[in-house]
Amino acid sequence: MDVVVGQLFAGLSQGSILILIALGLALTFGQMGVINMAHGEFIMAGAYTAYVMQGILGDAGISLLIAIPMGFLIGGVMGVILEAVLIRHMYGRPLDTLLVTWGVSLILQQLARDIFGAPNVDVGSPSWLQGSVEVGGVALASARLFILALAIACVAALSAIIRFTSLGRRVRAVVQNRELAETVGISTRRTDRLTFFIGSGLAGVAGVALTLLGSTGPTLGTNYIVDAFLVVVVGGIGQIRGALIAAFVLGLLQSVFQYSTTASMAKVLLLIAIVIFLQVRPQGIFSVRTRSLA
Amino acid sequence: MIGYLKGPGRVWVGLALGAVVLFVLAPSVLSDFRLMLLGKYLCFAMVAVGIGLAWGRGGMLVLGQGVFFGLGAYLMAMHLKLSDAGPGKAPDFMLLYGSGVVPFWWEPFRSPVVTLVAILLLPAAIATVLGLAIFRRRVKGAYFAILSQALAAAFAILLIGQQTTTGGTNGLNGFRGFLGYNLFDPVNKQLIFSIAAAVLLAMLLLTWHLYRSRYGELLVAVRDQEERVRFLGYNPANIKLVAYAIAAAMAGVAGALFVPIAGIISPADVGVVPSIAFIIGVAIGGRNTLLGPVLGTILVAYAQTTLSEQFPGFWTYFQGALLILVIAFLPGGLASLWTVVKRGRRPGPPSAAPMAAAAADPALASEQKVSI
Amino acid sequence: MAIRTDYLEVRGLTVSFDGFKAVDAVDLTVYQSDLRFLIGPNGAGKTTIIDALTGLVGATGSAKFGATELIGRKSHQIARLGVGRSFQTASVFTELSVLQNLDIAAGAKRSPLALLGVRRGIPDIVSKALETISLTAEVNKPAGVLSHGQKQWLEIGMLLVQDSQVLLLDEPVAGMSADEREQTGQLLKQVGADRTVIIVEHDMEFMRRFADSVTVLHGGKVLSEGSVAQVQADPRVQEVYLGRANATPDLAEAMEPADNPADESAPSPRAKV
Repeated sequence: MDVVVGQLFAGLSQGSILILIALGLALTFGQMGVINMAHGEFIMAGAYTAYVMQGILGDAGISLLIAIPMGFLIGGVMGVILEAVLIRHMYGRPLDTLLVTWGVSLILQQLARDIFGAPNVDVGSPSWLQGSVEVGGVALASARLFILALAIACVAALSAIIRFTSLGRRVRAVVQNRELAETVGISTRRTDRLTFFIGSGLAGVAGVALTLLGSTGPTLGTNYIVDAFLVVVVGGIGQIRGALIAAFVLGLLQSVFQYSTTASMAKVLLLIAIVIFLQVRPQGIFSVRTRSLA
Repeated sequence: MIGYLKGPGRVWVGLALGAVVLFVLAPSVLSDFRLMLLGKYLCFAMVAVGIGLAWGRGGMLVLGQGVFFGLGAYLMAMHLKLSDAGPGKAPDFMLLYGSGVVPFWWEPFRSPVVTLVAILLLPAAIATVLGLAIFRRRVKGAYFAILSQALAAAFAILLIGQQTTTGGTNGLNGFRGFLGYNLFDPVNKQLIFSIAAAVLLAMLLLTWHLYRSRYGELLVAVRDQEERVRFLGYNPANIKLVAYAIAAAMAGVAGALFVPIAGIISPADVGVVPSIAFIIGVAIGGRNTLLGPVLGTILVAYAQTTLSEQFPGFWTYFQGALLILVIAFLPGGLASLWTVVKRGRRPGPPSAAPMAAAAADPALASEQKVSI
Repeated sequence: MAIRTDYLEVRGLTVSFDGFKAVDAVDLTVYQSDLRFLIGPNGAGKTTIIDALTGLVGATGSAKFGATELIGRKSHQIARLGVGRSFQTASVFTELSVLQNLDIAAGAKRSPLALLGVRRGIPDIVSKALETISLTAEVNKPAGVLSHGQKQWLEIGMLLVQDSQVLLLDEPVAGMSADEREQTGQLLKQVGADRTVIIVEHDMEFMRRFADSVTVLHGGKVLSEGSVAQVQADPRVQEVYLGRANATPDLAEAMEPADNPADESAPSPRAKV
C-alpha cells in the first residue's frame, strides 16, 4: 500500500513537472507548428530569475512568490523577441526553425555561463516548503506538492484563457486553419506573438519551480527539453488536455519503470513505450482534424 | 579549370583531389598529432555524408546520429579493451569498478570478425527497426526529429548509468592495439588514418552513385511530396528507411574508426549535443550537395579545435550565430554561396540554386549534353 | 463503342468523420471510355469519394475494379492496381525535371536493384506520354518552372505512365485559360478512350462540353445520374443548384444550357440572388 501511494505520488509529481515544462511548448507548437529548442533556455531563465530575486530580496518565501510572476514575464519577453526576430521569418520551414532555435539556445546557455558562472547555483526553499506532509503513512515532500498545485493552477489558467477569452478563440481558430483564420480577419501575427508570450512565460514559471527541486545551471533546460518534447509528441497537437494526459501518464510510467529497474533504464523503456504508443496513435492522444494532405 | 567540367567529371576530379590531399599531402606535412586530429574530422565527415543523404536528400532531420556513431564506437572499443586484456581476461576498468567478471554480452566481441560484422550491421538494424515503427505510421517532420533526439538522450543516459559495463561517464579509453598493431607506433597511426580516408572516399562514391540513381530521384520526390509518391504506387516508408539505415551504418563505421584514432569514446561524444553538432557542419557546408557536408564538417571541427582552445566562450557564441545565420539566410549552405553572390540575390529553398541542382542530378546534366 | 472489359463498381460507399457522413451509401458504376463527371455543391462529398477510392480516408462499402476490391487497401497498393489520381492543386515534384517526374511515375513496379541503377536515356513509355501531353520540348526543365496548365498535364502524363486504368481527376482544369481547358478536354477524351475516368469538376461549361455522363452528388448522396441533358432536366438537381438561397450563382447559371435560355420552370438565378 505504502509502495503504491509512494509510486503514485512520485508519478504525479513527475507528471506535474512534465506538464509545467511542456505546457508552453504544447501551446506554441500547436499554434505555429514549430519546435522551439530555446524553450529549455526560457526554463533556465526562469530558474535564474528565482536566483536573482532571492539575492535581491533575501527572504526565500517572498522571493519565490515574486519570482513566479517575474519568471513568467522574463520568459515571455524572451519568447516574444525570439518570435519577432527569427521565428516569424521562418514560417513554413519547421525543421529549419528547430535548428535555428537550437543556435539561440547555444547562445543563451553561454550567456548564462558568462553572467552567472559555469558552476550550478542554489536557490533556497522557503521554510514552509522544506518539510513534508504525511498521507496514508507516506511522507510527501511539500515542495513537490507545491509544484503539483502550481502545475494545476497553470493548466487551469491557460484552459480558461483558451476557452473564454477572445485571444483563446483566435488561438483555436489559428490552430485549426491558419489561412482561413487570416481571411476572416484574425491577425495571425498578433495571435502568434501573444501565444509565444504566454507559452514562453509558462517556461519561465516552470524554471522557478524547478529551483525547489535542485540546483540551477546553464544546462538546466537541456536536461528537460527532450522530455518536454516527448510530452507534446504523445499528447498530440493543438489540445491542452492531450499534453495534460500525456504528462501524467508518462510521469507515472517513468516512476514505475524507475522503481522496477534503474533510472537510466527507465528512460529507455519510456522511449520504447512511446514508440509503441505511436504505432497505435501516430497523431498523439488528440489531434485537430484537417483535410490537408500533410 | 574544374568549372569547365560538368556533372560526373567534376565529382571525379573532386574525389581525385581529395585522395591526393589525404593520402599524399596530409601524411607528409602534418605531425602525427595533427594527422590524428584530421583523422577525427574525417570520422565526423563520414557521419555528415550519411546526414546529407538522410536529411539533405531525404528530408529526415536526423537529430540522433550520435547513437549510431556511439554504437559503432562502443563496439570497437569493447573489442579493443578485450583484446588488450588478453584471452579470457577482463578489461582493466571492470576490475577497477566492478566484479571483474566480463558480462555475457561483451564476450562475442573478443572476435574481430564478430565485431566488424556487428559494426556494419547493428546500427543499420536498429535504424531499420526504429524507422519501420516510425515511417510506417507516417510519423514525420518534427516528430521524427524529436524521437531521434530522444533516442540520443536515452542512449547517453543508459551508457552513463552502466558504470561497471560501459565505463560510465569516463567511457572506454586507454587502448593499446588495433587488430594486433601497436596504436602508439607512428606507422600504424598513418595506416589507420589512411583507412579512414579510404573509407570516407568510398562512402562519397557510394553516396554519389545513390544521388544519380533512380533511387536518389525518388528520395527527393519523397522529401518534397511524400503523399504524392504514395499515390504513384510506392511505399514512402521503405524509401526513407533505406536512406536512414545507410546513414546509420555510415555513422556506425565512423564511430568504429574514431575509437583507435581518438583513443577514447565516452557518453559526451554520443548524446544530444554532439548529435546536433553533426548537423551544424552539414548545414554550413550545404545539406543538399555531395561534398558540402564533408567540407562543412571538417571546417567546423577545425574551427572548434582552434577557437575553443583559446576562446571557449567565444566559440559557443560563434557556433550558435553561424547556425542561425546559415539556416535562416543561406539554407543551401556555403555551397550555394557562390551562386547567391553571382546572382546578387537571396537564395530560394535549399536546392533551388542551379549549382546544387546540377550536383543533385549529374545524370540530368549529362543528358542535356547529349540532347544538344 | 469500346469493349467493356473491366469497370469500376462502387456499392454502398460510406465515409464518416466523427459521426458525420461525408459520403453516404454511394453507388457508382463507371465503364471504360465513359468520361464520368462528378458534380455537386461544395461539401457534397466529391473529393471524399476519390479519397476513399484511393485509400486516403477510411471507408465502408465496396469499390471494385474488375474483380479487385479497393476498399481496405493501402494507398500505394491501390495505385499499383492501376488506380491513379490527381489533386486539386497540381502536385508535381517541382525540383525534379519533367523527365524525372514521369520516370518516377513509371517506376513503381521496378525492382529495388533497378531503382539503384542510373537511368539511361528516356524510357519509351515516357517519351510516348511526353508527346501525348505536349511536353516533349520541356523534358529537361524542372517541373517547378512549368505553367499552371503544363503542370496539370504533367500530372495527367504521370497517371498515363503509371499505367493507370482508372483515372480519378480532382478539378483538372481549375485555374486554366480557355485554350488550356479545351486542350485538356481533348487530352482527356483521348486518354479516356481505353480507360475508366472520373472527373470532379466545378466548371460546368467544361462539363457540358466533354462529359459523357454525369453523377450529381448532394449531401454525400447520389442525387441524379445520366447524360448531361438528363441531369439538367432533373428537377431535384435544379432544386439543389437553384432552389437554395446559398447556391453559388455561377454554378446555377452554368447549369442552365447555354443554348436554351428559355427554361421557364426555373427562376433566373440573377433575379433570385
